Amino acid sequence: MKAEKTMQPDPRLHYLTPLRQTPFHARTAAANRLNSWGPWGGYTTVLEYEDLAMEHSAIRNAATVYDLCPMVKYRITGPGAADYLNRLTVRNAARLPVGAVHYTIWCDDAGKILDDGTLFRLGQDDYRLCCQERHLPWLLDSAIGFDVRVVEETEDVAALSLQGPCSYAVLKAAGFEVAELKPFRMVDFVLDGGGLTVSRTGFTGDLGYELWTTPDRALVLWDLLFEAGAPWGIRPIGTQALDLARTEAGFIITNLDFIPAHQAVREDRVRSPFELALDWMIDWDKGHFNGRRALLAERAEGSPWAFVGLDIEGNVSAEHAIIYHDKKHEVGQITAACWSPTVKRNIALAHVRRPYHSAKSANLWVEVYAMRELQYVKLMLKARVCDRPFFNPPRRRATPPGLF
Amino acid sequence: MPMPSFDAIVIGGGTNGLACAARLRKSGRNVLVLDARVTPGGAAVAQDFAPGYRAPSLAHIVNMIDPRVEREMDLGRHGLAYANLDLASTAVSRDGDHLVLHGAAAERVAGLGASEQQAWADLRAQLLTFADVLAPFKSMTPPRIAAGVGNEYMKLGKLGFGIRRMGKDSFREFLRMLLINVHDVLNDDLSDPRLKGILAHDAVLGTWLGPRSPNSLIHLLNRFSGQVAGRRSAIALPKGGMGSLAAAMATSAGAIGVTIRTGAMVGGIVIEGDRAVGVTLADGEEIRAGTVVSAIGPKPTFLNLVGAQHLDTGFVNRVRHMKSRGGAAKLHLALKAAPDFRGADLTSRLVLAPSETAVELSFNAVKYSEVPENPVMEVILPSAHEEGHAPSGRHVLSAIVQFAPHAPKDGPDAARARMLERTLAVLEDHATGIRGLVEHAELLMPYDIEARYGMAGGNWHHGELSVEQMLFLRPFPGMAQYATPIPGLWLAGAGCHPGGGISGAAGWNAAERIVKEVRA
Repeated sequence: MKAEKTMQPDPRLHYLTPLRQTPFHARTAAANRLNSWGPWGGYTTVLEYEDLAMEHSAIRNAATVYDLCPMVKYRITGPGAADYLNRLTVRNAARLPVGAVHYTIWCDDAGKILDDGTLFRLGQDDYRLCCQERHLPWLLDSAIGFDVRVVEETEDVAALSLQGPCSYAVLKAAGFEVAELKPFRMVDFVLDGGGLTVSRTGFTGDLGYELWTTPDRALVLWDLLFEAGAPWGIRPIGTQALDLARTEAGFIITNLDFIPAHQAVREDRVRSPFELALDWMIDWDKGHFNGRRALLAERAEGSPWAFVGLDIEGNVSAEHAIIYHDKKHEVGQITAACWSPTVKRNIALAHVRRPYHSAKSANLWVEVYAMRELQYVKLMLKARVCDRPFFNPPRRRATPPGLF
Repeated sequence: MPMPSFDAIVIGGGTNGLACAARLRKSGRNVLVLDARVTPGGAAVAQDFAPGYRAPSLAHIVNMIDPRVEREMDLGRHGLAYANLDLASTAVSRDGDHLVLHGAAAERVAGLGASEQQAWADLRAQLLTFADVLAPFKSMTPPRIAAGVGNEYMKLGKLGFGIRRMGKDSFREFLRMLLINVHDVLNDDLSDPRLKGILAHDAVLGTWLGPRSPNSLIHLLNRFSGQVAGRRSAIALPKGGMGSLAAAMATSAGAIGVTIRTGAMVGGIVIEGDRAVGVTLADGEEIRAGTVVSAIGPKPTFLNLVGAQHLDTGFVNRVRHMKSRGGAAKLHLALKAAPDFRGADLTSRLVLAPSETAVELSFNAVKYSEVPENPVMEVILPSAHEEGHAPSGRHVLSAIVQFAPHAPKDGPDAARARMLERTLAVLEDHATGIRGLVEHAELLMPYDIEARYGMAGGNWHHGELSVEQMLFLRPFPGMAQYATPIPGLWLAGAGCHPGGGISGAAGWNAAERIVKEVRA
């Protein structure tokens, strides 16, 4: 009898499979009934498993699992890690407690945003930075002069996002008690003789957690969650359902809602924190950080752009629509939009030239081309600037969380 | 006694630091110069390298001192005199058939054929016209390609008008030749390898370029646009050696009230509230002032004294990427007796560069981090001009030897030994018996110069002087007007426009800028 050889892919044949598979692929592929796949960060990922409405509904009413593996992850360690991150990013990484997470951004010299991401403080001198795009050259250049080590660990971590009002109940049933875990905090467990970190973070604007383990325990984790979560109707969700949820939560995505400064070809596409309504996170008093001098000047002189939420009349989604003032002058563009199943409003995220974001926001219109049986129907819809997030339930923050 | 308070601290007491300090003092500021070494003067000092023998440590001639520095610092009154104000140059030939270049920019060349004589006269006239166009830029803040950055438009307009006044044909030639390589220009018009050799050598002296490298002609123009004591394109030797120039500058600065502290190594620039407010010395002492001027190189200033944590990543990248490869080694020989370079005048500047090709070949080696087989060199014998450099009857030979690898693949010690050996072999070839006269030899490779004088890569311009690092691109794009991203901190060294050489121009320009921009 011939011994079965373990399959080691021939590295020369990499071009036959230009997209990698995540450690959860065996499970995601089996669940992907629509066989709907899309590339994300070099991986093939599920866009829609079975039914978009059901998947979105599960985010808001039950518990859902989303494969996070393609998210780019950097590990930053060493005695200079906090100083390094304080110079790299706009928030104060030194004041982030061990075991906590914060959302942050980083800029180039001109104060234009390179990316946003979440920063996890795993230890006194140990951080993980998660983001959408790859930045290793910039992170390494930024390390010059700091006693720090920066490595990419995207492939070394398997991560799932467990989101929805029942996610706490599912975790509890799976044997992970996180009743005391507050938002933006994390806690460690043992899984299958290895490590599992649960952070109370997510991208849906709902109660939810992100679960971090090693790739060899990926399937164990998946199976555990689906077994424990069955009574709550746990289901995997694809990127389309997540995109609806994040729009309702008012979250932005790199390269969908803004172009990173290092990738922008057109010089007017770059945006500063003021122009993406992210200036609230800048710590002006922590010392120097990349772009600080340019941003101080911008703060004094003003910015051309603003980023707002829009509430649009009707129920026709306005993706990528142009925004007009008085139906005549172009004053901005919509980057994300949907008719929100949760709040039952026609919502959008938009770049708007100042001062049309506030003082002159009374007379804004969006131009929508709705495809109706092979013909565009042109609509000019009234839009109103409104607060974000569009959906922000108290259950998202409640500690201990509800046991629905 | 209370510590006197200073308006400005100048880090580095070289020619630029002293020039900058003097100009700032004249604006009414109280100025402190901090120099790490025992004697101020930077690259313009002399040192005993063997008992009784004193050699110019780095620079060994003066050919581009800034006229404002000469005049306003009144260097003559403070002890600067010249042993020779019009040094001839000898293109030393192995067979004794030397060329001797006299006068400004080789006005007369003895030993040249008649047709070559005329060809050189025509080329020289053209080069001097172009050099005159460039000269005024040296004494101004480089303009920047941006609005509202304080460009000196009146001055620029006048310079532009001057360029246009040379006529359409000359202007076209100027544009054609501005970025060309010196090898092609020489070979278009000249045929004598000795003349082409010395001109090619002079063009690339102190650069990291071979004669065939693009843009190498501009360095010859830069050289010709220099002056000493009102003599354009002259080469001079200070009386008492290079050290006396540094001493005159220090004395002059001291006389008008500049405080100079030697042996004071600056360890860091103090930054508070994103503003430079002083310096800390290596021993921990802190000295504060509203204006801090660094006359040392841009690389050590930003990477060591300021530190990356106060700078943006992209800016740090530009600092790191500033090219700063040194290609010149410095040789000091203590000689028992006068050497004989086949009868060449020992009080002339002796150039051992038999042809433009020989210069190029010596550069080829350093491109691959190797020691050249036959380096070219510029030799000065200070002891042939006056007493005091060597014991009576004996001589000091000072040579700038090119090209020496700044990061040799054989390691520093093996490369130094080989470089010395090859240099002595070339010298022996041109001056038979010189090796037997050597009592003591010292060779400073670019990395030795960096270690001793702090110049990044051992480059004597604190960063290569090359077209892509000149004018508004010097020291690097976005920082060309002596100001730094950190308010209160200024640059004034050779890394800034118009570069190094014993000049003081960068320091003086920086001070002019500071006086214009900062209220005292």
